[in-house]
Amino acid sequence: MVHFTAEEKAAITSLWGKVNVEEAGGEALGRLLVVYPWTQRFFDSFGNLSSPSAIMGNPKVKAHGKKVLTSFGDAVKNMDNLKGAFAKLSELHCDKLHVDPENFRLLGNVMVIILASHFGREFTPELQAAWQKLVAGVATALAHKYH
Amino acid sequence: MVLEAADQAAVRALWLKLGSNVGVYTTEALERTFLAFPSTKTYFLHLDLSPGSAQVRAHGQKVADALTLAVDHLDDLPGALSALRELHAHKLRVDPVKFKLLVHCLLVTLARHYPGDFSPSLQASLDKFLSHVISALVPNCH
Repeated sequence: MVHFTAEEKAAITSLWGKVNVEEAGGEALGRLLVVYPWTQRFFDSFGNLSSPSAIMGNPKVKAHGKKVLTSFGDAVKNMDNLKGAFAKLSELHCDKLHVDPENFRLLGNVMVIILASHFGREFTPELQAAWQKLVAGVATALAHKYH
Repeated sequence: MVLEAADQAAVRALWLKLGSNVGVYTTEALERTFLAFPSTKTYFLHLDLSPGSAQVRAHGQKVADALTLAVDHLDDLPGALSALRELHAHKLRVDPVKFKLLVHCLLVTLARHYPGDFSPSLQASLDKFLSHVISALVPNCH
């Protein structure tokens, strides 16, 4: 189980409050699909994913990215019980969506990169370390119910 | 395996822009790696890892020089990095997974300092370049 100090929780929550979830969600999912093209395997129904600009401009990518990142907001609110918070989503990703949990780690790291590009100086090494703990915890929680 | 032409061009262009600051960014990447992934510190027991350490800065410059060497030899990374491969595999014996952690922190650092340049395409090109570097450094890497 991941343990966050009070400072880490406060720092994470404070940064999250400044994130435009809709924009960041689309950007995160888009970059995942551009940088790690094999992840497109889950999105055959999304239409045009033929180039970086097609992917980043694709409305389905943006909409789904927003959904994913909104759900990530639950992680920020439940840092002490990530496994509980993501139990249902874990079952969904295993039983219905059949997503390799490695993808959760990839997306988590893409999110950290986006936070760095948006928040610049504010995204100190300490803040990054806290966020790495969170994205790793979310990835583990999402993989927890796999069988 | 050689990096595609478009990726090579993107990486070279970025390196020109970074100029003599590559060492600043690789040092920051090392600091971030040690903080975010504490297990990586086990390979650096001989260094002072406190914030602002001159030894970390010196090591950052070594990493920067190696990456610049790589950028200058994109058509033959295994050849250019063979001495470093020997070092990391046989003398330092670094778990290959650790290189990916440093690479991630380097991407975070560059995204932080060059947000306007850090497009999805550039991120993809950099990711591929650095994966090729890791492959050249680690004999059994996959």
